[in-house]
Amino acid sequence: MNPDVMISYLPLYKDALFLTMRVGWKGVVIAVLIGLIGSAILHFEIPIAKTVVSAYIQLFRNTPLLVQLFFIYFALPKIGVRISPEACGTWGLGLLGGAYMTETFRSGLENIPKIQFESAESLGMSRGQVFRYVILPQAISSSIPGLMANVIFLLKETSVFSTISLMDLMFTAKDLIGMYAKTIECLTLLVVFYLIMLLPVSILGNIVERRLRYAEFGD
Amino acid sequence: MEKALLSVRNLHKEFDRNTILKSIDLDVNKGEVIVIIGPSGCGKSTLLRCLNGLEEIQGGEICLDGKRLQKNAKDISSMRQKIGMVFQSYDLFPHKTILENILLAPIKVQKRTRAEAEAEALKFLEKVGLADRKDDYPRQLSGGQKQRIAIVRALIMHPVVLLLDEITAALDPEMVHEVLQVVLDLAKNGSTMLIVTHEMTFAKAIADRVLFLEHGEIVEESRDPKAFFEMPETERARQFLKSFEY
Repeated sequence: MNPDVMISYLPLYKDALFLTMRVGWKGVVIAVLIGLIGSAILHFEIPIAKTVVSAYIQLFRNTPLLVQLFFIYFALPKIGVRISPEACGTWGLGLLGGAYMTETFRSGLENIPKIQFESAESLGMSRGQVFRYVILPQAISSSIPGLMANVIFLLKETSVFSTISLMDLMFTAKDLIGMYAKTIECLTLLVVFYLIMLLPVSILGNIVERRLRYAEFGD
Repeated sequence: MEKALLSVRNLHKEFDRNTILKSIDLDVNKGEVIVIIGPSGCGKSTLLRCLNGLEEIQGGEICLDGKRLQKNAKDISSMRQKIGMVFQSYDLFPHKTILENILLAPIKVQKRTRAEAEAEALKFLEKVGLADRKDDYPRQLSGGQKQRIAIVRALIMHPVVLLLDEITAALDPEMVHEVLQVVLDLAKNGSTMLIVTHEMTFAKAIADRVLFLEHGEIVEESRDPKAFFEMPETERARQFLKSFEY
C-alpha cells in the first residue's frame, strides 16, 4: 500500500464524498417528506390515495434500486422525460426511501394505543388536534430507531449511483482502479470515506435512541 | 320535577349484529350520582362510551340540556367538553408533563389563556394533593396518582357530567382509596356523575341511584342504594351481589 498514492487521490475522493452526501441527503429529505405524507394518508384511510400509496410501497420495496434508477435514467428519456444523473439519483433514492419511511412511520402510528385517541377525543379535541398534539409526537419518537436505520440504508444505497455515471464515491474508486490499478489503495480509501460519511450518523442514531429510551422508562 | 340534565331515550347499540344495549332509558338530574353495576360484558362501559360519542349508536337519542346530540364533529366536540370522561387505564399523554397533560385541552380546545388555565390547574392539583408533581412525567407517578391526574384533566374542562369508567379496576388495592376519596369529595360538592364500578362498598356510599345492567338492559333501578345493596328486588341482581361475598 502506497500512502503517497492515497494522499494524491484524496481531493478526488473528497469531491466524490460531497457529491454522494449531497445527493444522499437530498434523497433522505424527499424520503422523509414522502413518508410523512404517505403514512398520514394510510392513517386517515383517505380513499383512492390510500390505494395509490399502498401500490407505491409495494412497487418500490419489491424492486431493486438499480432497476428503479435504470428505469428513470434510461427508460423515461424514451418517452421524452430527460433528467440529469444527479436528479435521477436524488429522486430514485427519495422514491425508494419514501416507501420505507412510509412503512416506518405507519407502524409508529399503529403503535399508539387506541385509548390515547379516545382519551384525547373525550376532552373535545378535533381529529386534527388529536393527531397533532397527541399522536404525532408519540409516533415520531417511536419511529426514530426505524428512521435512523432507513437513513443509513439509503446513504449506503448511493453506491449504485455509479451505474448511471454519477461521480460518487463508488464511481470514483472504480474509475481510479480502472486507470491506475492501485486496487488496495483505492478500496481502502473507499471504505474510509464511507465510514466518514456514515459513522457520525450511526453514532448520532445511538445517542438519540438512548435518550428516547430514557424518556420512556427512566427519569 | 326539574328537567333532566342528561337524558337517554330508547338507546340501542349493536356491534357486528350483536345487540350490546337495548332500549335504554335514563334521566340524569343535576347533582345526581348514578352508579352502574353489572357482570362484565353487560354493556355498562359501552353505555358510558355512547354518552361520550366514542361509540356510534344504532337507535334512540341522547339529549344534553335538552339539546339532542348530533353526529357532526363540532357538536361532538362541544358535547365532549361538557361530558368529562375518565378511563380505567388513566391514559395520560406519556410525552407531556402532568401540567401539560392538564392544560392541553383547555388551551387548544377551549382557547383559554395559559395563565388562567394554569392557575386553575394548580388549584385542582392542590386539591388532589399532587401539586408538587406538576413537572413530572406520567411514568414517574403511581397508578393512583395518574388516575387522580386523569380526573383533574377532565375536571378542568368544567364538565356538567362526569363519566367514570371503572377508574379503580387497574389499581393496586392500596391505591383505590386515594382515588375514590377524590370522587367522594366531588360528589359532596354536587358534581353530577355516572360511575361504572366493581367497588360495591364505594357504590353503596356514593350512589344516589343504582342501575343494575345485564345483557344490555337495565334489569333493576333503585333510588334507595342502601336497600338495594341489602336486598335487591330482582333475583339476578341478588345473585350478582352474592358473587362479591366470600
